[in-house]
Amino acid sequence: MDWLGPEEWRAIALSLQVSFWATLLSLPLGILVAYALARWSFPGKQLLNGLVHLPLILPPVVTGYLLLLTFGRRGVVGQVLDQWFGVMLAFRWTGAALAAAIMAFPLMVRAIRLSIEAVDPKLEQAGATLGASPLWVFLTITLPMALPGIIAGAILAFAKAMGEFGATITFVSNIPGQTRTIPSAIYAFLQAPGGEGPAMKLVLISVGVAMAALLMSEYVGRRVAARVGGR
Amino acid sequence: MLEVSLRHRFEGFALDVNFRAPPGVTVLFGRSGSGKTSIVNAVAGLLMPDAGRIAAGDWLLLDTERGLRLAPHRRRLGYIFQEGRLFAHLTVRQNLAYGGWFAPKGAPREDFGRVVEMLGIGPLLERRPGALSGGEKQRVAIGRALLSAPRLILADEPLAALDEDRKAEILPYFERLRDTVNIPILYVSHSASEVARLATTVIAIEAGRVVAQGPAQQVLGDPAVLPVGAREAGAVLKARIARHDDDGLTELDAMGVSLFLPRLPQPPGSEVRVRIAAHDVILSRARPEGLSALNILPGVVVEVRQGEGPGALVSLDTAAGRVLARVTRRSALALGLAPGVGAHAVVKSVSVAPSDIGGGRPGGG
Repeated sequence: MDWLGPEEWRAIALSLQVSFWATLLSLPLGILVAYALARWSFPGKQLLNGLVHLPLILPPVVTGYLLLLTFGRRGVVGQVLDQWFGVMLAFRWTGAALAAAIMAFPLMVRAIRLSIEAVDPKLEQAGATLGASPLWVFLTITLPMALPGIIAGAILAFAKAMGEFGATITFVSNIPGQTRTIPSAIYAFLQAPGGEGPAMKLVLISVGVAMAALLMSEYVGRRVAARVGGR
Repeated sequence: MLEVSLRHRFEGFALDVNFRAPPGVTVLFGRSGSGKTSIVNAVAGLLMPDAGRIAAGDWLLLDTERGLRLAPHRRRLGYIFQEGRLFAHLTVRQNLAYGGWFAPKGAPREDFGRVVEMLGIGPLLERRPGALSGGEKQRVAIGRALLSAPRLILADEPLAALDEDRKAEILPYFERLRDTVNIPILYVSHSASEVARLATTVIAIEAGRVVAQGPAQQVLGDPAVLPVGAREAGAVLKARIARHDDDGLTELDAMGVSLFLPRLPQPPGSEVRVRIAAHDVILSRARPEGLSALNILPGVVVEVRQGEGPGALVSLDTAAGRVLARVTRRSALALGLAPGVGAHAVVKSVSVAPSDIGGGRPGGG
């Protein structure tokens, strides 16, 4: 398809790659945090809740800068990762994935938390009386019943990751083929003369992806809810 | 033998009970809010009491003195909840199998096919709970508890959420459970007719305390249990349906005595248990003449129990079985009712509620 140039294609492929890994790797943690917030009471619960939601409120550039301070080559965590594991996040696509995951995390946790809270604890009790240990109750009752919210949360997080810009460009810059995702590419095109055409194509793709993700999360959520709801 | 001894303090309410439940159906009987459900939850491990000891035979579930508090999933109980609590994301078959996944390999199990057949839920197996009626859900809940290889079955008002028709549909299954399955059942109820039909043993609970315990008829007919029992006291007669008459009545044969009741659904020849509430029985020394009531049972007084109020509960042995009558103390004196005295029990046909008539398999119940 020559409608899109190689640079646009690269941006799209990179965005998909970044968003996929960002969503997949943050999902287990998202479920754990959502479960903790929904079901446990522990000291520092409000702090954890605030921390999770912080990226939603902070200017993305601040999140990106904090990531750079923490995970940059001289950052506390970045140094350890670099020296011990040889992993570099700053200015790499892996860093873009980290930034996207953190920015999408609040959306994911909110959706999953709501669906876990909607699971009747009385059903979990029933599972326990039937001999299921807490872990089995979680795996066979809580998790499947919260599935609509988990899927919706994952899809929303994916869409959010596709659109992440501020934190990404601050943390990993805008390197073609390495960290130039769709939003960064649009930004780059708009900075150069005559770039409106390719930019507009990517804009349309962004809108399409976002819309498709929203519709899909609605649809899948409803399908699974109907199944879980037992009809 | 289940032994329960519990102390627990709630806000504005204290639970302090001590009772023993021999094999069979033990009914915790009392008004709403008397603490029955808390007791069952403590046995299940869903409520951890301040202090107590719960043992089923030599198997200890809870002993706070020794610091033993078994987690709910290690207690191996089948709990039938008031609202069923079926897993909506699983099919009926998976719901039934759920407990079996976690039961120890060697545990004695009920046969899946036999339970399904007993409860009549074969056609429902591939459906999900959302597509079941209230009565069907409760039958599946019974099966699910039964198939988890439990050492004890708990039932917390399993009929309370159902309408009268559904209750009439489910009660026979509990009767079958009692008669065919060799697992002790602890059953919570505030309905005297359920108690009369099911109970082997009754533990009367009031305000968090045991006020009476013993065999069903003794406790229900005990004026000392007045707030709980006497108003709802009643005797149970076993009878066989003789025929359905054209005028809407059914004639029953209770050990050779004819009883007339409003038309029953069971076919002639069926065995039924009929509960006759004590307050629906009139006593007469002479055989009454010119009376509209159809059922007159001659018998001999075996006991007159006086409560603290104006009432007395008279137990009468008739050919059809033991009948309880609630009369005033004044009447009991005026009629000279005392053990050994002959009297007639008079029961209006229409006063026997349909919910007080239970089915029983021939030879059972």
